[in-house]
Amino acid sequence: MKPAKFEYRAPRELEEALSILAEVGDEGKVLAGGQSLVPSMNFRLARPAVLVDINGIGGIDSVTSSSDHLVIGTLARHVRFERPVTDGPLGHLLALAARKVGHRPIRIRGTFGGSLAHADPAAEWCMIATLLDATMVASSVRGQREITASNFFKTVFSTALEPDELLTEARLPLLNPAAKIGFVEFSRRAGDFAIVAASSVLDVEGGRISTARIALGSVGGTPLRSPAAEAVLQGNVPSGELFAEAGEAAAGDVEPMGDIHGSPEYRRDLVRVLTRRSLQASTEH
Amino acid sequence: MWVGRRLRRFEDAALLRGEGRFVGDIASGSAAMRFVRSPVARGKILDIEIPKGASVITGRDLEGVGTVMPLLHRDDFIAVEQPVLPLTEVHFAGQAVAAVIAPTAEEAEDFADQVFLEIDPLDPVVGLDNALSPDAPLVHEHVPGNSIIDSNMTTPGFTEAFEPAPFKVSVDIRSSRQSAMPLETRGGHAAFDASTGRVTLSAGTQAPHVIRTAIADVLGIPEADLRVVAPDVGGGFGQKYCLAVEDVVAVWAARRYRMAVAWIEDRRENFTSSFHSRDQHYLVTGAFDDDGKLVALEADIRCNVGAFSCYPVTCGVEALMAMAEMPGPYDFREYSVRARAVTTNACPIAPYRGVSRPVITMTLERLMDEAANRIGVSEVEIRRRNLVTEFPYTSVMGLVYDQATYIESLDRAVELIDLDGFRKEQEESLTKGKYIGLGLSTFSERTGYGTSAFAARSMDITPGFETVEMTMDPSGFVEVRVGASSHGQGLETSLSQLVADELGVRPENVRIVQGDTDRTPYGWGTFASRSAVLAGGASKLASHDMRAKLAAIAANELEAAVEDMEFSEGSVKVRGTDVAVEMSKLARIAYHKSNQLSLGSTPGLSVSATYDPHGTFSNACHAAVVEVDLETGAVQIRRFLVVEDAGILINPLIADGQVHGGVAQGIASALFEELVYDENGNLLTTSLMDYLPPTMSEMPLIEIEHLVSISDATITGAKGLGEGGAIGAPAAVINAINDALRPLGVVLNENPATPERVRRHIARAQGA
Repeated sequence: MKPAKFEYRAPRELEEALSILAEVGDEGKVLAGGQSLVPSMNFRLARPAVLVDINGIGGIDSVTSSSDHLVIGTLARHVRFERPVTDGPLGHLLALAARKVGHRPIRIRGTFGGSLAHADPAAEWCMIATLLDATMVASSVRGQREITASNFFKTVFSTALEPDELLTEARLPLLNPAAKIGFVEFSRRAGDFAIVAASSVLDVEGGRISTARIALGSVGGTPLRSPAAEAVLQGNVPSGELFAEAGEAAAGDVEPMGDIHGSPEYRRDLVRVLTRRSLQASTEH
Repeated sequence: MWVGRRLRRFEDAALLRGEGRFVGDIASGSAAMRFVRSPVARGKILDIEIPKGASVITGRDLEGVGTVMPLLHRDDFIAVEQPVLPLTEVHFAGQAVAAVIAPTAEEAEDFADQVFLEIDPLDPVVGLDNALSPDAPLVHEHVPGNSIIDSNMTTPGFTEAFEPAPFKVSVDIRSSRQSAMPLETRGGHAAFDASTGRVTLSAGTQAPHVIRTAIADVLGIPEADLRVVAPDVGGGFGQKYCLAVEDVVAVWAARRYRMAVAWIEDRRENFTSSFHSRDQHYLVTGAFDDDGKLVALEADIRCNVGAFSCYPVTCGVEALMAMAEMPGPYDFREYSVRARAVTTNACPIAPYRGVSRPVITMTLERLMDEAANRIGVSEVEIRRRNLVTEFPYTSVMGLVYDQATYIESLDRAVELIDLDGFRKEQEESLTKGKYIGLGLSTFSERTGYGTSAFAARSMDITPGFETVEMTMDPSGFVEVRVGASSHGQGLETSLSQLVADELGVRPENVRIVQGDTDRTPYGWGTFASRSAVLAGGASKLASHDMRAKLAAIAANELEAAVEDMEFSEGSVKVRGTDVAVEMSKLARIAYHKSNQLSLGSTPGLSVSATYDPHGTFSNACHAAVVEVDLETGAVQIRRFLVVEDAGILINPLIADGQVHGGVAQGIASALFEELVYDENGNLLTTSLMDYLPPTMSEMPLIEIEHLVSISDATITGAKGLGEGGAIGAPAAVINAINDALRPLGVVLNENPATPERVRRHIARAQGA
């Protein structure tokens, strides 16, 4: 369990990192927190020829709020989100999710941007990005471009990032101060990747749900929204029955894959339950 | 008195500071050996392509090296021979086929990646049910029906008792394949010493002397040419008791190339290639009379033991133990049993904490609960009516049970867990749709097996006795050299406490030397909850001899009768007086003034003693309270209680630690851990993301109460307790789940009770 040979580069400036990525192309791999990449290399599942360590680059780990967005620098560590980074429901949602990211030592090293770029369909941040339709900023020597979550995640461990691009920041839209957020996960042990995860955001106006967002993790190649469940909720009065109906709809919306931790049928079962529980929890806060 | 004190372990300071010395520390700087392992479960080896510039050892190189062939001398056993490295055929995915030697572990792994094994795959035999099907291929041509053990026994009065019984209750119990998964994986460092021609093997082993015998026999060299050292060992649980063929290759290479070389297994190899455990299936029917008394038991025992038999105990141990110890703490006189050890194309099995007793206990305890339901008595009452109450008791299999507290531990557990209060809470919870349950597990734990107990299995190599050599040096410091080999059990502390009491010295003035064949008498290492009983007993006997020597010198020095010598606080005094002499002075005399010793006394202070009892039974009752989430199938343990009796506790802190660790592994069996093979015999669970030992977050607080039986089966009064936690916990948890789900009619007899399995049972019961 030792990595295959690789070249190690540690740029101190963003521009330098981008030019290295441009130079090495497919051969390169970015090292951020290393919490997924390093084990993969030790298992020799990943064999990058060049490892580009971005940890020495200053100024790409900030978390700031604009008028309508939370802007998260790519090197912001998971642990940072354990307490709300912003007032209101978004900070609270991120805190709920952060506490489910691995174990504390993983949260201290692992990064927000690294998790998104790794694109594990069970990862909390990928689901949150999908839930909120976050905007990812990719930088390269060719310039910058913005990619929305729905276009960013392609399939398991695969994103729209080009080999020469570095994910430099993620922009999460701030939520309505009265928004109701829910986040639940089911895993065998504390800190494990979710067998299924569900999250939700509801805006309620005049006693009726004006907008509903539901995202599911670990049920496909990428995190998924559930249009059917959102449609069930839209315009209706929140209630236990309605949430149960949304859960049914969500279960009908997914075609989960199976593995030793859960068969497709079991995962579908969990989607039903967790979607309902996420919605329920959101209205109980 | 030092015995009975919760002394902190002497071992811990160094371990906690990172100053322990493990094989990996010793290996640092040596050449690395990396094994190339079979990628398929079964196949013919056609060719092994070796990359340019690589140093690779294959079976062909090991000319003159023997095979590993553990033996039982009994008609119902078929021996299986295991080549150190196979020449013609591979038998399980992960089997070592070649070894690469390179200056560093990284380079060795690079080369190993490039070694190409050309193997013609054959249909593998995967799983118990397949192996026993009539048209199954044979894993080994000379083993018909794939059964290396097929043993039967029926008492003469069985049918007469079984047939007319009014209640027949059956359980079908499956316990999945597990790994003992020690924190430190296996490994060995073999270093050739040119000046003596000897090799020192530092290995993560529980039994250095046994391993030395094994390797010397296989290589055909005198044992004197090999020294085996077990440095700090990071857990074994049985996995490190049996011979690793990798160690044989390492020693062979060290001799052949006159070098130092180390193999350090990684976690993936530990899963694919280090001994597995459990994987048993029992079909058991109990015949009960109208009073709920078990009158006869019928058992069909099937153990999947993998591709080869483990040295020295053989893979007969699983099935034969299940057969012999199936009665557990319960009294019944008629018994019919068939026990099979079934070979498959899977990693071989080695005894793991509890061996077959976790499954025996789960079987009996599920049987008792199901019988209680059928017959209409409480789960406590059915146990009380069947537990052994009079001692010594001779079981239907002829085992003699010494004094124990089967009923008392049950009663105390029921009281502490507040069974009546729980039933009320359970009823109320149910009205709110909350499913909680309570499970009991009453069991015996046979420990301190001596040679007579092992001989009953007809083992070619019969372990059991333990010898201790004790020396007091001229400064009065005591050295105790034991053949037992602690790898986390805290023997350095507990044996010191025992000896301190016997000699009237402080435990800090006693040093326990273990784990080195050059320094310790031949012994059997540490396994099967034996060391406190065996090494403890031998230490006590040796202490008596040491006292006699010291008393003779003291009597001479103090001009008093030997019978009046009293040992305490580092001195020997004349009873009832203040006249005393310090022990260190006596030690000086023994060595430096031996001319003053009485005629016939040998100079110096060295004694040796051997202890070989028949064995003793510990016992306990576990109680678990769980809550089951009906929608997800998740099981949460809300309370876990252990009322335990291991006789006199030498160090209750260490005893509690043993219970905690055992229960954790028992809960792992019940809810979490499972090695899964696919239908081609490839292991799917090869990392800690797939194989799930519980962490602190999953562990409940474990409440422990000790009872103390006074048994004369051991001379220290101490019984073993290393395995009890793992033996009792699965049954308690599984019974609690069944209790919680009884309103739905769920019967769950399989572990681990993963959320998906539990959910499937619930869905089936709900007709969904």
